Amino acid sequence: MGRYHYVFPRWTNLLLPGAIFMAMVAPLYVVYVVAYGFSPMTTDVGYAPDQVIEYSHKLHAGELGIDCRYCHNTVEYSAKASIPPTQTCMNCHTQIHKDSPKLEALRQSYEKGTPVTWTRVHDLPGYAYFNHSAHVNRGVSCVSCHGRVDRMDVVQQMQPLSMGWCLDCHRNPTENLRDPSEVTNLGWSFKGTEQELVDYHDFWQDHNNINPSQDCSTCHR
Amino acid sequence: MSTIVIDNTFEDPTRRAPLVLNHHDFGSVTDEVCWVNESPKPPLAWYITFVISLSLLGMLGGLIMYLFATGVGVWGNQNPVMWGFPIVNFVFWVGIGHAGTLISAILFLFRQKWRTAINRFAEAMTIFAVMCAGLFPGIHVGRVWFAYWLFPIPNQMNMWPQFRSPLLWDVFAVGTYATVSVLFWYLGMVPDLATLRDRSKTKLRAILYGIFSLGWRGSMRHWHRYERGYLLLAALATPLVLSVHSVVSFDFAVAQLPGWHTTIFPPYFVAGAIFSGFAMVMTLAIPARQIWGLKNFITMRHLENMNKIILLTGSMVGYAYSTEFFVAWYSGAMYESFAFVNRAFGQHWWAYWIMVSCNVLTPQVFWFKAARRSIPIMFIACLLVNVGMWFERFVIVISLEQDFLPSSWAYYKPTWVDIGMLVGSFGLFMTMFMLFIRFLPVIAIAEVKAIMPEANPHRGHDHHDDDSDHATMEARS
Repeated sequence: MGRYHYVFPRWTNLLLPGAIFMAMVAPLYVVYVVAYGFSPMTTDVGYAPDQVIEYSHKLHAGELGIDCRYCHNTVEYSAKASIPPTQTCMNCHTQIHKDSPKLEALRQSYEKGTPVTWTRVHDLPGYAYFNHSAHVNRGVSCVSCHGRVDRMDVVQQMQPLSMGWCLDCHRNPTENLRDPSEVTNLGWSFKGTEQELVDYHDFWQDHNNINPSQDCSTCHR
Repeated sequence: MSTIVIDNTFEDPTRRAPLVLNHHDFGSVTDEVCWVNESPKPPLAWYITFVISLSLLGMLGGLIMYLFATGVGVWGNQNPVMWGFPIVNFVFWVGIGHAGTLISAILFLFRQKWRTAINRFAEAMTIFAVMCAGLFPGIHVGRVWFAYWLFPIPNQMNMWPQFRSPLLWDVFAVGTYATVSVLFWYLGMVPDLATLRDRSKTKLRAILYGIFSLGWRGSMRHWHRYERGYLLLAALATPLVLSVHSVVSFDFAVAQLPGWHTTIFPPYFVAGAIFSGFAMVMTLAIPARQIWGLKNFITMRHLENMNKIILLTGSMVGYAYSTEFFVAWYSGAMYESFAFVNRAFGQHWWAYWIMVSCNVLTPQVFWFKAARRSIPIMFIACLLVNVGMWFERFVIVISLEQDFLPSSWAYYKPTWVDIGMLVGSFGLFMTMFMLFIRFLPVIAIAEVKAIMPEANPHRGHDHHDDDSDHATMEARS
């Protein structure tokens, strides 16, 4: 026998079950971290950057009741909903609060002809092709993806906008469907019994022939 | 210890051939095997091999960096041969890895006692071969940063691997095989690691071997659980010998391509895998027993037994080659016939004939007892078998180059990166193997003792057993 027969103190016996436990749990932990920690559900939801102008959707869309499409006017015709040009704002603000210090950046933009440098909140990756008109015209409301913007002072991302989240709806769109005339009515809710609601969803799915594609090339072109 | 050459290759039903030669007792077995790890310096041959292997491993690392930085265009993979060298190498190395489990599990369950001298060795070789194999699909995916997509990990994209694809089955088959092989190898090594721990002369060795021997004391209860665990793992590993290469063969057989889409593939691949695995065990064992003086444990009888298995599996492979041709003709399918005629007489005819001559003709020398017992002949034969089995996978993958659509026909040419990576994978394999020889017990010390005459409780009452009169019952650890 060598000189080092007993190099380990007795308590090291406890390390072995610990090591086996770690070896079994560590992979699960890593998978959990990758699946949830790196998900946009964790990293992106709640993103609410400060803007150069303290524009309140709550005031404009909520209290004043301006329709979404007054500003985001291409949403029904194009892939992009479009951020309104300064001129759209000035339709009113040449008359209303025209000297407000809060609108300084807006007036600067108007005089110089340079756009307001809004910070984008809902930003899909460049390799994902999303078409607003395809959704809005088939009765998918703004609220399904953007939440109650008419109640937000500062716009914040409400949904993960991850691929899995898109697919969830593409696989089971029924509950996000409504009468296309109600898509910009963010506070709308169905009034009726549960069965009537089911029939309502089914009706619009049938009526608009909603059968969303799940091919890779639907979004990655 | 003097090495008197004793012939233990006789076949005499009245006498059991000794598997450990030169009057070893339990103590001298331990001393001799541990000397490989405990000698102050390894032999010169170890240094030479290690330096060469390490340089090749470095080259492999450099080439992989080059591949990552540039893209898969550095390989010769080109339409229609999209698989090329990486998949050839993958199948080659997975095949090599099959001898380990066969020796450790199947021969164990069949009570083939001669396996004890070579099983540690073969299992180590298996694990390192599976490491080499695992490398190639990983870098072949193109976007290596997405290589983890091979595994079904829940993710924000709701995206899963294609569960109907044999490529995914491969991930599980090879992953299971690697896990079970490592467990089996490690479990068998625990008593021997404890022996090394108890003999260590420096504190560092005592601590490291101590950690890995998991507090083994060699008590009756330890042995009892060890034997149970080993038996269970052997039973678990046995189906893997057949399943892993069957699944690898599905990569080809499930594809609807002439020359690939055949039911013969699973058994044919398994036979080929065992064939190449044994050839690789021999390729490593012959020099190793020479250099480290392990001839008393890996005896001529062991080598001869392995040569017999090589003869058997080589002939099975040859039979499969001829069956493929027969079926191609008998099926009357013109595409199938074309694929096989093309293999033998098409643009890569030379690869086909290298394969046939190395795999089918070479092992036939082992019909002769003199060849089975001649070190130079068996060494050369095993090297040729290694070459032939690599070419077998090459021939199969390359049959892609003339597919259904003549406009896409091409001549596959590997690039220097392809060849460098093949050579480099041997660097990885040999580096791991050299480290294994130097730092871990190369022969299952405890198991070898169990097959010595001294281990037989009836020894002394058995008048046939005349080879062990002056051995002592000195069991260690």
